[in-house]
Amino acid sequence: MKIIVLVKEVPDTYGDRKLDLETGLADRAASEAVLDEIGERALEVALSFADAHDDAEVVVMSMAPETAAPTIRKGLAMGAAAAVHIADPGLAGADLGLTARVLAAAIRRTGFDLVIAGNLSTDGSGGVLPAMLAELLDVPNATALSSIEITADSVSGTRSADDATMRVSATLPAVVSITEAMPSARFPNFKGIMAAKKKPFETLTAADLGVEPHDLSVAMSIMTAIAEKPARAAGLKVTDEGDGGTRIAEYLVENRLV
Amino acid sequence: MPDHPADSILVLLETSPNGELATSASGLLGAAALIGTPVALAVVAPGEAGTIAEQAAERGAARVLVVETDSMRTQLTIPHVDCLAAAVAAVAPDAVLIPNSIDGRDVAGRFAARTGAAIAVDVIGVSRDDEGILVHHSVYGGAYTVASAATFGPIVMTVRQGAVDARAEAQAVALESLEVSASGAASAVIESVEAVAETSSRPELRGAKRVVSGGRGLGSAEQFALVEELADALGAAVGASRAAVDAGYIPASHQVGQTGVSVSPQLYIALGISGAIQHRAGMQTAKHIIAVNKDPDAPIFEVADLGIVGDVFTVVPQLVSALAERKR
Ligand SMILES: Cc1cc2nc3c(=O)[nH]c(=O)nc-3n(C[C@H](O)[C@H](O)[C@H](O)COP(=O)(O)OP(=O)(O)OC[C@H]3O[C@@H](n4cnc5c(N)ncnc54)[C@H](O)[C@@H]3O)c2cc1C
Ligand SMILES: Nc1ncnc2c1ncn2[C@@H]1O[C@H](COP(=O)(O)O)[C@@H](O)[C@H]1O
Repeated sequence: MKIIVLVKEVPDTYGDRKLDLETGLADRAASEAVLDEIGERALEVALSFADAHDDAEVVVMSMAPETAAPTIRKGLAMGAAAAVHIADPGLAGADLGLTARVLAAAIRRTGFDLVIAGNLSTDGSGGVLPAMLAELLDVPNATALSSIEITADSVSGTRSADDATMRVSATLPAVVSITEAMPSARFPNFKGIMAAKKKPFETLTAADLGVEPHDLSVAMSIMTAIAEKPARAAGLKVTDEGDGGTRIAEYLVENRLV
Repeated sequence: MPDHPADSILVLLETSPNGELATSASGLLGAAALIGTPVALAVVAPGEAGTIAEQAAERGAARVLVVETDSMRTQLTIPHVDCLAAAVAAVAPDAVLIPNSIDGRDVAGRFAARTGAAIAVDVIGVSRDDEGILVHHSVYGGAYTVASAATFGPIVMTVRQGAVDARAEAQAVALESLEVSASGAASAVIESVEAVAETSSRPELRGAKRVVSGGRGLGSAEQFALVEELADALGAAVGASRAAVDAGYIPASHQVGQTGVSVSPQLYIALGISGAIQHRAGMQTAKHIIAVNKDPDAPIFEVADLGIVGDVFTVVPQLVSALAERKR
């Protein structure tokens, strides 16, 4: 069983995140780059399955700038057997359509029984990529899983949609995405970090995948304007001296909120 | 199939498991009316078309295309995508609006991938200029606003629920049934569905005008009732931090923040919430923010218009009785 886990390097959500007002792209220098937490949880799903199944091979895959290699390597240190990194300056600022075409081509090239993604990344917050990939790969999608069971030829789980909770299942090959209700990931240990140095790490360009990033005959989404909003200022802070609740009530009345 | 207006905007309607039109429909049809003629698509169980079409027309759909099928009860995503593809072929819209729900994102993603259309996600507004349709986003927790457009062709977008206040005028019911042939694309099977039981008549979190949220500071699921008590006194929706969700005080659907719901209410009250940056990302665009926290250094105070350094278990009961007093 070959499991591809899609991971993403993102600006650390614990810090201040900035967009470049010229290019509209993430200002990578402004914040620390980390492996997106949801991608780590997706990897944990694959690794815990592999722990119990000798025939399972886990590959981490990411489309990201060259500088993201150490972040992707963390996936190897955690226990993945191999990594595929699609790094190409022509892909900077890729929209969702291009990202999906590139990842679908790389997934096909690597071969897969199951693709596991996060439901939502913390930078793009698109949450549409898993479904786009399923369509391009012509396999079922089972998204937003808060629990998952993998067998030799199927995947099933609990899907928590907005107004209903459902049980879904799909035959493999398939694409799934998991939510942050899944357990958080293991930490890489020293042995893992050392072993990671010897594991296969493939770096690919768009051309290797037969994708032309600047194909103008394909519809694209382009950014036309960007503006920064002034940060919110702190207001009044008072220590409760037995009148805290009354003060809030007064504020609500003054501002016509009740 | 009759001709459709040249400026048609196709809106995918969502229905709840009990066959009602989802509340997201009003905002989507309102947004569509800002940029063209709203044409709605409803994929419903046999026998439900009439009611849904009436409800959609009431909310501004100039026409309602309906497909009556049971396939969406057993197959995930694919039936909706097939119906959407048929509707887009029939209507040739300038844009396709889909709720930014879990189901909506899957349908939008698959549809855009199938047709090669440009896709925009988590849109909070739409407009039109000489060159066509623009969509507006709020990025990094509202720190930036960004506009985008498709290079050509219809733009497919998911619209953040509750983000659009515009409402369309009611229209006469114009129902057309749509013929759809199944694509046969591989789909996941829905084995069972359980509607999320909304136990109260409280407003929905998404789009709520007032939100009262509780965090780990509430200490237990039982004590979280204090948050609900204040919410009810104010007619507010109930929100929570991720720590409160993780601790099992309240279901995940109430989580506000980076990986939860983004809200922009008139009033946001944060109780026992430290105000981690990921929480603030989902609420800092609120008009008025009030926070109660024991810790004077809690970061939530950096965005609060009124911050009370104090214990929620003394401050909130006093507030609740002050509100009750006012009502008498
Ligand atoms: C990728 C990622 C995504 C995330 N997404 C989200 C998200 O969507 N939403 C979210 O909320 N978090 C999110 N988080 C988690 C976030 O970092 C914080 O851990 C979380 O918001 C903390 O919740 P809290 O404020 O309830 O708990 P804590 O940080 O533990 O704060 C509890 C607060 O309660 C106060 N308190 C305790 N007792 C009392 C009392 N009796 N009266 C008054 N005050 C009291 C304490 O002083 C403290 O400030 C995310 C984290 C990551 C890494
Ligand atoms: N550039 C990328 N490389 C690899 N995986 C990605 C990339 N972008 C998104 N994903 C995957 O898709 C999921 C959802 O991302 P998004 O659509 O950006 O919210 C993420 O959690 C990842 O698993």
